[in-house]
Amino acid sequence: MTLPIDPRFLDAGEAALVVEFGDTVDPVINDRVLALDAALRADPPAGTREFVPTYRSLMLHYDPLGIDRETLVAIVRRLMTGLAEWRGEGTIWTLPCCYDPALAEDLDEAAQILGFTRDDAVALHTKATYRVYMCGFTPGQIYLGGVPEQLKISRRATPRPPHPAGAVSIGGGLGTVVPFVMPTGWYVIGQTPERLYAAERQDAFLIRAGDLVRFEPIDLSTFRDLAQRAGGGEIVARKRAT
Amino acid sequence: MRADASEAILRILSGGPGATLQDAGRHGYLRFGVTAAGPMDPLAHATANLAVGNSAGATAIEVSVGGLEVTAESGALRVAVAGGEFSLNLDGRPLPPAVVLNLEEGAVLKVRAGGRGSWCYLAVAGRFAVPKVLGSHATHTRTGFGGLNGRALAVGDRLGIERSGSSQPSISAIVAPWLDRPLDTIRVVLGPQHDFFADDQISAFLAGPWTVSAKVDRMAYYLDGPQLTHARGYNIVSDGIAMGAIQVPGDGRPIVLMADRQSTGGYPKIATIIGPDLGRLAQARPGAVFRFAAVTIGQAVEARRSEAALLARGIVVEPLTRTHLSSEFLLGLNLIDGVFGVEG
Repeated sequence: MTLPIDPRFLDAGEAALVVEFGDTVDPVINDRVLALDAALRADPPAGTREFVPTYRSLMLHYDPLGIDRETLVAIVRRLMTGLAEWRGEGTIWTLPCCYDPALAEDLDEAAQILGFTRDDAVALHTKATYRVYMCGFTPGQIYLGGVPEQLKISRRATPRPPHPAGAVSIGGGLGTVVPFVMPTGWYVIGQTPERLYAAERQDAFLIRAGDLVRFEPIDLSTFRDLAQRAGGGEIVARKRAT
Repeated sequence: MRADASEAILRILSGGPGATLQDAGRHGYLRFGVTAAGPMDPLAHATANLAVGNSAGATAIEVSVGGLEVTAESGALRVAVAGGEFSLNLDGRPLPPAVVLNLEEGAVLKVRAGGRGSWCYLAVAGRFAVPKVLGSHATHTRTGFGGLNGRALAVGDRLGIERSGSSQPSISAIVAPWLDRPLDTIRVVLGPQHDFFADDQISAFLAGPWTVSAKVDRMAYYLDGPQLTHARGYNIVSDGIAMGAIQVPGDGRPIVLMADRQSTGGYPKIATIIGPDLGRLAQARPGAVFRFAAVTIGQAVEARRSEAALLARGIVVEPLTRTHLSSEFLLGLNLIDGVFGVEG
């Protein structure tokens, strides 16, 4: 696959440019976003500040007194012609996840809506490999595609009360892991003891856009043990290269 | 905290809920979902910092309409205040809203909401001896990042200051006419999702008029005005959010996303406020009425260039004299304080 693309250039004010490759959640579109992001980061044009990859677009924050829009667009167009297929950095994460009713607050509700038993739902959730489309909304939070068709559930009409840090949720046909306490319109079906964000860690942010994620079921006592170790700064998820 | 010769302490005697440490923002981590935060009115923040010889983006205290009362311990501090027209008072003496002064050990500076404006900045010559998070002091209370333990300043907080510059006994007014900014028109660049709205809706958006609602904070300003309708739905697949983005959710009521906005979001953004007008909107209080005007990228960049040129000339101060205490000024003061310094 090459990337002979004609993205849309959308202005988000005079200091941010959106390079939009599509308007859907699609791995091919996301590949292009991540490929352009990697190319820009390898040699950031003077005057650019930071790049924010999302499912389907890359936002380029820039100083308009340091680089003008036309120059930036020309650089992006030139980079696009030389881009190869995005292969990712090849990291597959296995995140321990506890589906015990004590932590999986909405698992029964979600299973009921979807027409399964909770065990079936857990089996489906742990069987799949998820792609990290983007990080965002809260620090270290990951958005996951690759949710099995049978587990695709709409978001709630109104948000539920705050969940704990580490909540593993599904909603809107996608998955997420949120390292902060917050209310959500998604369904909390498990909790990971891993800290996706830890300020004191060398890599404060564990997982990046383009990585792959699997979930491994653990029981409540294992969760408590791992949570304690994670609290001490240890990475309790397993990591391997493809 | 023990202070050595070059250090002094800024102690918080009282403060509303909205006083936070802010530098130019925590940049470079939006890709991981980290909000930049930083000042609501970057121009006022830079003005206060430059007035005490700091760099424009140095850490300063952002004060909300909740106000702030501080004193110096273990030595004097050179302090500047600038921003909205707040009511300032040093040991009972009323001051103009933008000043540089020496806060002597034990002296009390009160900053309270005044006639106009929602935010002002208290800069101190030197550096705050507070740990940075991801390279920045900017406070984002929702995620507990930065500032003092990730929170707003509170009574009893003692902030170590590594002082710089020399102290001057006089009090000077900051001559910063650019901080006197009426709201009237706020300039925007249309997009990135203005194609989610038919032409008549774009016209309605620009015509307004818009009223700043009661729902305003560091994250977002909700606006009241014409209800906008979407031409093709109001859910988009999430993309990035710039400061000043105006998103229109399903109810058709625009929300301006400000310094504490999240990194990404899933509603169409009809327009984005240009950088030089962000602080002007931020200073507006609930009930303020204004319109939007669409400008080109070129015009927006030109406005930025003018603003940068203003600050590059340096901050002019003039010693405070009786002429600053004109009857008009005195009438504008918060009368609870008393114009002759009698504390209530």
